Amino acid sequence: MTEEYFRAQKLLDIYEQSLRIRMVEQRIANEYQKQEIRCPVHLSLGQEINAVILCKHIKPTDMMVSTHRGHAHYLAKGGSLNALISELYGKSTGCSGGLGGSMHLTDRDFGFMGSTSIVGGTVPIGVGLGFGHILGLHDIITIICIGDAVIEQGVFFESYNFACLHKLPIIFYCENNKYSCYTHIKDRQPNNVIGDSYKFQRYFHFHSPFEQLEDFKKLIYTTRTEPYPCFIEIPTWRFVEHCGPNNDDHFGYRKEDVPNDPLLELEQKLPKFSKSEMEYKINQEIDKAFELAKKSPFPQKTKLYAN
Amino acid sequence: MPIKTMPQAIQECQDQILASDRSAIVIGEGVPDPKGIFGTTLGLKQKYPDRVFDTPISENAMTGVCIGLSLAGFKPIHIHQRIDFTLYAADQIINNASKWYSMFGGKAGRVSMVIRAIIGRGWGQGNQHSQNLSFIYAGIPGLKVLCPSTAYTAKGLLYEAYKDPGPVMFIEHRWCHNLTSEVPDQLYSIPMESRIVRKGKDITIVAWGYMVIECLRAAEFLSKQGIECELIDLQCLNPIDTGIIVNSINKTGKILCVEDGWKESIISPRILVEIQNLTYPLLLGVKFNMDGYAPASQGLIKDYYPSVKEIINAICKMCDKIDFNFNEVNQYDNNLIHDIPDQSFKGPF
Repeated sequence: MTEEYFRAQKLLDIYEQSLRIRMVEQRIANEYQKQEIRCPVHLSLGQEINAVILCKHIKPTDMMVSTHRGHAHYLAKGGSLNALISELYGKSTGCSGGLGGSMHLTDRDFGFMGSTSIVGGTVPIGVGLGFGHILGLHDIITIICIGDAVIEQGVFFESYNFACLHKLPIIFYCENNKYSCYTHIKDRQPNNVIGDSYKFQRYFHFHSPFEQLEDFKKLIYTTRTEPYPCFIEIPTWRFVEHCGPNNDDHFGYRKEDVPNDPLLELEQKLPKFSKSEMEYKINQEIDKAFELAKKSPFPQKTKLYAN
Repeated sequence: MPIKTMPQAIQECQDQILASDRSAIVIGEGVPDPKGIFGTTLGLKQKYPDRVFDTPISENAMTGVCIGLSLAGFKPIHIHQRIDFTLYAADQIINNASKWYSMFGGKAGRVSMVIRAIIGRGWGQGNQHSQNLSFIYAGIPGLKVLCPSTAYTAKGLLYEAYKDPGPVMFIEHRWCHNLTSEVPDQLYSIPMESRIVRKGKDITIVAWGYMVIECLRAAEFLSKQGIECELIDLQCLNPIDTGIIVNSINKTGKILCVEDGWKESIISPRILVEIQNLTYPLLLGVKFNMDGYAPASQGLIKDYYPSVKEIINAICKMCDKIDFNFNEVNQYDNNLIHDIPDQSFKGPF
């Protein structure tokens, strides 16, 4: 058993989980046309792999908060697929009992503490979780999933400042897909790469995930052993529109060349494996989740808001 | 029973909470500083250095941090020296703290935290240090809002707020800080309900915070000339407890809400809406601040807030009292310095 073998197995595992997220998102996109999923969906298509790699290196007890585009983060962290699909259908079997929808996911069993729909909204909450773990002397790091637009919110800098002040074990995991809805980052920020505009003491530009696996591992280890906030920036590309299941490239707002599909890139690096077998297995799991969602009841009228 | 000021009662309450509950945290801009939030946090940092914190000037993030702390098993008391500053934190308070429980169907935990915020008045503090913004928070489902009027109720309500499983906004009026009352030494809680301050048969007055004190003064003048007011301290601005109010109106047939807020506020109108199903003829009245913003000039303060004299005037009108002798009230009013609570107040805020 060589080191190379283990590396190949690891890549295969990353591929399988990423493919699973890809297939889930594609199925959501297909089903969306039937208008039975009646909530805005911000699909993670194209942004699957990095979340999987990140979650490979952290513990199930580590915590995560996320954004409106949170499906990949939720699934990669271990969140229940059945509960995700039910949530999209507004059913009581959903991860938030059907009260949240696509933008309000949670699975506390896997440390996925919540995703919310206002840009920057969960950033200080993640910092508060990190602060709590330092005060409680827990060996837990907190991942705050953000997009490139979060940098434009005051609350990001307020939170980052506090995280540095108290040397909190926090990873700001930033997926820079260059677009906030239809607005390019050049119309919002001085540079296309956030790390070029701001100097973060611990900064990691994750441009080639398969080459940098070991660096990434080290980074997580350092965050755990010498707590201090780290900002990871990852260039990504969303395949479909900001919100919804369709490709909207006919608007012509994205002028740059479409980057290679990272999943296909990874596929070429893998040892021999049966893709159809893998797809079959994943499809079965997805079928079940949609079946459950469709037949589950809607939530009861409750007075949940009444504290 | 020992006599204490409201800051002493609040300080003591937080001290006892910190002593009795390892998960308690007191945090806010200036909490450990030499002034200690008007004395309400003095000495706490020295006694509990690991759980009492100063913060950066970042109201929004710090509110989010407190939400995170709560989700991590702590119970924060987050303090703002002025309620005006909480507007920076409105996103976290309204969009996250108040909704966390309901928007995740109860599955992402509950945000249990107290947000203490202080309303200023007088000494030229003006538009951004003496607005009464309680009404904004009183209109948010999932967020309880308390406004104590005495040192005794402040300590009891603060402990009740602390024990609540959800977020509670605890709003103090700066001029109530100067008042003293009998306050038990031990920790106690009082329910988040209205309470009768003074019994009477002629008219029901509903007030909260500092207006309770002004109404009490008015009621005493009126009593000397034959009008007995039933004064109710609302205490909880959301949810509104109408039980005691309805019982009182059944007796008096008249209700006057006295609010040191703008006519745009929703609190007094909401009280009137809550009682609209009563079938008998009812005389309703609301006394607000004069129109406009919170003025800085000491020359304008006198006419800005509902005064004892104005409250008496409104009550006399509602009770058809046309022969009220204002001599004594005028004398009292002329002796007041209108931009400070009493002579002991020397500024600056």
